[in-house]
Amino acid sequence: MRIDGRGLIDRSERRSFSFNGNSYSGFKGDTLASTLLANNVKLVARSFKYHRPRGIMSDGTQEPNGLVELHQGNQITPNLRLTGQELVNGLDIRSQNHLGSLDWDLLEVNDLLSPFLSAGFYYKTFMWPKAFWERLYEPIIRRAAGLGRLSMENNSDRYDKAFAFCDVLVIGSGPAGIMAALTAAKAGAQVILAEEDFIFGGRLNSETYEVGDKPGHIWAAEQIDKLRGMDNVRLMKRTTVTGAYDGGTYGALQRVSHHVKHPGDAPLETFWRITARGCVYAAGAMERPIAFQNNDRPGVMMASAMRGYLNRYGVASGKRVALFGNNDDAFRTAQDLAAAGVHIAAYVDSRADAQITGDFPIYKDAHVTNVKGRKQVEGVTISGGVGDVMADALGVSGGWNPTVHLACHMNGRPQWNEQIAAFIPSPNMVPGMEVAGAAGGTFSTHGCLKSGVFRAKEVLKALGLEGRAPAIPKADTSQTQIRPLWTVPGKGRAWLDFQNDVTVKDVTLAAQENFKSVEHMKRYTTQGMAPDQGKNSNVNALAVLADLTGRAIPETGTTTYRPPYTPVSIAAMGAYAQGTGFAPQRFTTSDELSRKINAPMIESGLWYRPSYFPKDGEHHWRQSCDREVNMVRSAVGIADVSTLGKIDIQGPDAGKFLDFLYINTFSTLKPGKVRYGIMLREDSHVMDDGTTACIAENHFVMTTTTAAAGQVMRHLEFVSQCLRPDLDVQFISVTEQWAQFAVAGPKSRDLLANVLDTPPDLPFMGCGEVSIGGIKARLFRISFSGEHAYELAIPARYGESLFKALLDTAKARDGGPYGMEALNVLRIEKGFITHSEIHGRVTAGDIGMGMMMSKKKDFIGKTAAMRPGLIEDREELVGLKPVGAVKELNAGAFFFAEDADPVRQNQQGYTTSVAFSPELGMIGLGFLQNGRERHGEVLKLVDHLREVTTRVEICHPVFLDPEGSKARD
Amino acid sequence: MIDLVAKSAAEGLLPVTIGALTLSEIPHREVHSIAPFKGAKVSTALKKAVGIELPEAGRSTTKGDVQVLWTARGQYFLIGAKPPKLPAAITDQSDAWCAVALTGPSAGDALARLCPLDTAKMGQGDVARSLIGHMSAIIVKRVDGFETIVFRAFARTLVHELRKVMTSLDAQAALPD
Repeated sequence: MRIDGRGLIDRSERRSFSFNGNSYSGFKGDTLASTLLANNVKLVARSFKYHRPRGIMSDGTQEPNGLVELHQGNQITPNLRLTGQELVNGLDIRSQNHLGSLDWDLLEVNDLLSPFLSAGFYYKTFMWPKAFWERLYEPIIRRAAGLGRLSMENNSDRYDKAFAFCDVLVIGSGPAGIMAALTAAKAGAQVILAEEDFIFGGRLNSETYEVGDKPGHIWAAEQIDKLRGMDNVRLMKRTTVTGAYDGGTYGALQRVSHHVKHPGDAPLETFWRITARGCVYAAGAMERPIAFQNNDRPGVMMASAMRGYLNRYGVASGKRVALFGNNDDAFRTAQDLAAAGVHIAAYVDSRADAQITGDFPIYKDAHVTNVKGRKQVEGVTISGGVGDVMADALGVSGGWNPTVHLACHMNGRPQWNEQIAAFIPSPNMVPGMEVAGAAGGTFSTHGCLKSGVFRAKEVLKALGLEGRAPAIPKADTSQTQIRPLWTVPGKGRAWLDFQNDVTVKDVTLAAQENFKSVEHMKRYTTQGMAPDQGKNSNVNALAVLADLTGRAIPETGTTTYRPPYTPVSIAAMGAYAQGTGFAPQRFTTSDELSRKINAPMIESGLWYRPSYFPKDGEHHWRQSCDREVNMVRSAVGIADVSTLGKIDIQGPDAGKFLDFLYINTFSTLKPGKVRYGIMLREDSHVMDDGTTACIAENHFVMTTTTAAAGQVMRHLEFVSQCLRPDLDVQFISVTEQWAQFAVAGPKSRDLLANVLDTPPDLPFMGCGEVSIGGIKARLFRISFSGEHAYELAIPARYGESLFKALLDTAKARDGGPYGMEALNVLRIEKGFITHSEIHGRVTAGDIGMGMMMSKKKDFIGKTAAMRPGLIEDREELVGLKPVGAVKELNAGAFFFAEDADPVRQNQQGYTTSVAFSPELGMIGLGFLQNGRERHGEVLKLVDHLREVTTRVEICHPVFLDPEGSKARD
Repeated sequence: MIDLVAKSAAEGLLPVTIGALTLSEIPHREVHSIAPFKGAKVSTALKKAVGIELPEAGRSTTKGDVQVLWTARGQYFLIGAKPPKLPAAITDQSDAWCAVALTGPSAGDALARLCPLDTAKMGQGDVARSLIGHMSAIIVKRVDGFETIVFRAFARTLVHELRKVMTSLDAQAALPD
């Protein structure tokens, strides 16, 4: 019900939204919750487990009941809080968690079954038969319980994430936060003021207090204007700081466009990572309920929320309002409502000595023991012989809990304060953070203003900053008086955790069954485990537990406060990572041209490389691959090999450095020569292999595999900085400087003679500078195919142009491009290894390179290579080919003796690479126990995954041209 | 003789202006890495040859069109001039990078989406090695914004990611309070 003349809403702008298909109108500045209350909508949700009717209970973040779904096209945003969502024209909001309509929820039967559905029910009931849990029970339970749904469509909303930095982060913009921000800003600090709400001012917007002889909200707005005018202040509203982390890092979620119907390209939310040198945490406090029978009926609200709806939104929560409290603060609600003309049916105070008077019925030393009505409050029962009183709303206040959450995020524990009967943060729980105002247990307005200044000065002192603090304006100094009251004794269920449907009875059961630790009680009952993380139930539940177990509250302690403070969309944390944003893409200079001639690309780390180059009439990759293999063997093929890592190494000790890295010697390599090398990890397993060319004296270019380029670079840095800082050597990646192409095949020399400005004249494993159209290039005569072959490197800006020239020239020689598939076949035919073989668990000896390990020098991995277990009885590199009827070979299949059971204990090795060679048929490489001595043996190869068994003959891993004469020619 | 055609790293992708931000590719320039050998007095030799000294870590030095960026521990990039003979390891890096300029009043806000640096603390000519998204990058503060330099092969991703952020910021600026 709307009250004229009250509230901070803009009555000149009417807005409306739809809730379950009905349209409700309100004003700019309303939340969905205030709009619904203004339209007298009491029932807004069904509870999690018992499907009880529920209404709006609070006016802020702690709202346990008012969670709804926002529908937009095919998107559903679940668990949206009615109390936080601004009223936007045309929103399609639907209630969640009911079967049938909200008003007539078929699952309300659960409420009748409640004696059987108490805490621990699942664990005790659904024990058998075992298989039924996953197949039957869990799906049914998940359907019946739970909150919002997802659309299961791809999320089309945009999200954003960003970094921010400041000297002082002020969390909360109530009286304490505003004063802290002013103090820090005046001292010249870079300040971020983060406010969860869509207007600054905190509780000042919801109360009638005066600050500096002005209405509180006006004072707040003026101070915010002052801050907005300062260069060193960044105001962030709609921004919830959700976590405090190491090193002064805070997570924060900004609701960027939830207040707009059509945000266009704007993100829904931004997830901020704020690094702050210091922090003033002024998040205020939350009013807590009292547990009594049926205290969850729609219309039972927090007393402060009733005040908030009246003062901020001009909404009366009922026509005949009853109030129940244990502290002075609750009485303010009665005063505010009465002043607005709302009938106060009863004011019930549990304290006998409460100093309150009013011209409405006041019952001291009394309790509300029950609430009448089902889908909305119809009356309350008052103890002490008063009996039933008619009312359509009940405001409750059990006192206030300081919002200690963020102060506890680094595992500190809050301490109990008897005077306010609440937990307050202990000092220094988060380094650099000071807690101000109500969050620290200071409840008077004047106290909060003062605390904001004082705490900000403490933070500034630590940062070495100082300035004149602002004067503290006049404000209310009264401290609220409270006598703890957690539950009202009596029959029936009394709710503690409204969002997860946990009652006093459940906590009692937990204690009875010896789940007496607060952490055990939490897990047994699920109290505090809903999306609200027990914001209005944790303290009450542990107080009940303390009482039941005969311990004091501080002794019982709290559960652990963990980030995030409020739910954070995973989509916001993963902003920009959808689709191709997931990982950066590296494209070679030949990429566009390769795609133009229809080459399918495959990922190789972050790189994209062509699989094969299909020609007209080829319908299967194997057709293209076979043709490309034959083309290289008979004519000439071109492949982009730019993705291999290239590291330029220079310095007087460059040779020594290489000798230390590689198992073989490089210091003897002469300019113009290339050598193949293997490097080991310190544990003597192979790290990488490749060629290194000597460009000039003390100047080398190392080639790494594509896969290990980053790892090798990192290794070189480690070796240079930590193991051999004595060596005078410098190195840098030149991978991207050069576009490099393999030119392989018997016609490669002829091709190059037509491309280079002068015909190539290099011996096998030679290198030298050449020129193409006057552009300086590098030529290496190396071969990964076993053919007479070269690699030609050109500065990358000419890469595409050179690739095109090479293809054109190759075409005239029956040659052309070849892809990764053909490259793989060519190297397997030659027994050349890749990281399929050097996968991290093989030694140089295993791949048949043991003889390369120099005896004359030390190198990384040498000592470990002498360990007995790494020398004898090893699985050694072998070749294999099928000899039975089944020809299929699969990488990853295991070797077994022909008559052995194909079980783990009998396996003798495994395959790593297989290929169809157009010349030789299926061939493969693998590792077999003592394999080098077993060439000619016939074994059983079993692929358990694909259920294929193949008879194979073990052979030498080099299938083609074992003397290497083709490459040397 | 074959006539090779040069192509820039972000050719065909830039420039682009969205709202108050402009992203443009920095035209090809001669870039060489200089990594001094132990105890070598490279700075003085360089000053003599091209009139410019090696900068402190995190800084750059400029003279006319010639610039030296600090790029890593004991490593500098000489831009816009042929390197003289120096007691240092010198490599040609002219083709290895994609360099773009992000300019406009909110360039810092855009970079804050992708780069974890406190760019507000960077003065003109400050250099940092950092990240753009998941890409290793060199960031240089300019008067009108930032120069970001990543491996050449990342050009498309760099442009794609910056464009997304520019579009988002432009749309955010248009939202009601």
